[in-house]
Amino acid sequence: MAEPLLQVEDLGKRFGGFVALDGINLSVQPGERVGLIGPNGSGKSTLVNCMCGTLQNESGTVRFDGHIVDGLAANKRTHRGMARSFQLPRPFVTLSVAENLRIPLLYTAHSRSGRHLTHDEIESRCHELAGLVGLAAKANKLPRDLTQVEMRKLELARAMAADPKLLIADEAMAGLSQSEVTEIVDLLIKMNERGVTIILIEHIMRAVMSFSQRLVVLVSGKKIADGPPQEVVSHPEVIGAYLGQ
Amino acid sequence: MRSLYFYISSILVGALFFAFARWLGNDYLFFAGYTVLQFIVLATAWNILGGYCGYVNFGSAAFFAVGAYSSVAMHKLAAGIDRYFPESLVGLAKMILPLNVPTLIILGGIMSGLIGLGTGYLTLRLRGAFFAIATLALAVVLQTLIVNWDFVGGSRGAYIIRPNEVPILGSYIQYLFLVMLVLSVVALATARIIEQSRLGYGFATIRDDELAAEACGVPTLRLKLIATTISGALMGMAGAPFPYYIGYLEPSSAFGLAYAVNSIAMPMIGGTTSWVGPLVGALLLGIIQQVATVTISSAVNLLIVGLLLVGFVIVAPKGIIGLVQDFMRERVSDGGRPTWRSRLAIFANMRPGAR
Repeated sequence: MAEPLLQVEDLGKRFGGFVALDGINLSVQPGERVGLIGPNGSGKSTLVNCMCGTLQNESGTVRFDGHIVDGLAANKRTHRGMARSFQLPRPFVTLSVAENLRIPLLYTAHSRSGRHLTHDEIESRCHELAGLVGLAAKANKLPRDLTQVEMRKLELARAMAADPKLLIADEAMAGLSQSEVTEIVDLLIKMNERGVTIILIEHIMRAVMSFSQRLVVLVSGKKIADGPPQEVVSHPEVIGAYLGQ
Repeated sequence: MRSLYFYISSILVGALFFAFARWLGNDYLFFAGYTVLQFIVLATAWNILGGYCGYVNFGSAAFFAVGAYSSVAMHKLAAGIDRYFPESLVGLAKMILPLNVPTLIILGGIMSGLIGLGTGYLTLRLRGAFFAIATLALAVVLQTLIVNWDFVGGSRGAYIIRPNEVPILGSYIQYLFLVMLVLSVVALATARIIEQSRLGYGFATIRDDELAAEACGVPTLRLKLIATTISGALMGMAGAPFPYYIGYLEPSSAFGLAYAVNSIAMPMIGGTTSWVGPLVGALLLGIIQQVATVTISSAVNLLIVGLLLVGFVIVAPKGIIGLVQDFMRERVSDGGRPTWRSRLAIFANMRPGAR
């Protein structure tokens, strides 16, 4: 078996007296599509924040691409190939769609290719990314001119602009219609086919089941299941804690 | 090519004004013009941190005063070389001192830049109102230090006896005006270069969403330090020639409320996301204040600034630039042939997203 791209070992995080993460272990192989589910307050976003460097874990380690990244700032983790999208879209509101995509290209490209991209290379990559998510026609629009699904697509395209090895999509489909959910799932699968490992945090089970090759379940800061999606959703503990049936 | 236009037009406008004022032969124009130019530098400097990064600095007067007092300190040193230097260094000190104004500007910039760097370092984790309060506190702390520092005059203040004339130009105020004119072009060029660069995009992401900026690989903490340093340095540079302009410097004038208020109000009224905004705001407010000073009273200056600020916050929260922006932006993004409006918008760095 190949060395895991991401390995989380015994990860712990507290907020005052509240234990948000309690000894989480998680391993993700390169190219894998992993679904991460759990009820509200189960610690999914805290886990993502600890993995990405937005929050610092108090115990345990996060190993990415063979290196321990504990204590590294979020931007440095992005440079190493870990990108994320946010639960609520956080576009740069005063910058156009194309400029939003330009930021990761300006700031991370050199750490992967060893040099800064030229203006033409950046423009062509922006165009390609906008085309990938179907936003080419709105490249010069401001985020406020985008629909909800377009905003989600921008969020994913911006994460992709950092040329990541691992993309963590935090509830990328919240608030979308069924057809829009399908659109985003297809988009994520397309990104995965380009070689990007993806962790999808989601509540919409239809999307999680159609996307994930492996499913991880968190409840009250603990991992209670990890395995093939069909097996996990029939696990009695998961049914009791999350699916409620 | 755009940069070439910018430099040529800046130098041309400055030279024309200078020539016009000399032709009129009225030194008051240089006195008043110096103040307006000084505010262009201050407003542009404030805007680098406050406008581009979204970090409101209430302590502009402190950075300005650091520049001014570094000049006073050097002036005092030059006046007492025999007293302050050991005998072995007296010869060398007499060769170097007194420093000329351009050198004092560089020195003031370095001192204020260091204070800016320190401020940035101490307030790295502060945002919004907390950052603003911290900068206000910095001004209070520095003023207290200066008031209790006898070497630069303490609360009594310090007299700076400037030469009456300089070679070639003649009048010293014309020389100071010319120095400030060059400094204004340098400040505007700095702001413009930042805007068009990777650094400018990084600053914009800090202003919009710091968390998302980090996730995009933007080193937000480093960029904030760069912004506080550049902003502080330019403010100090604006303050360095001030003692020579005013002739007598006391803490209450160097740390005056007018600098803090004007350096915020001018970019806010002009518009904060393009280098043109502070320029327009400083020209408008600066000229109105100068006219008010000679026609009504200097006491109404801050009242005018306050009223205009309130008016603009209500009517045009994006400033004058924001008001004209939609008009200028027309057809910029259509991919069609460039129009004069689109050309002007590009010249002024009015990106589609700029507020």
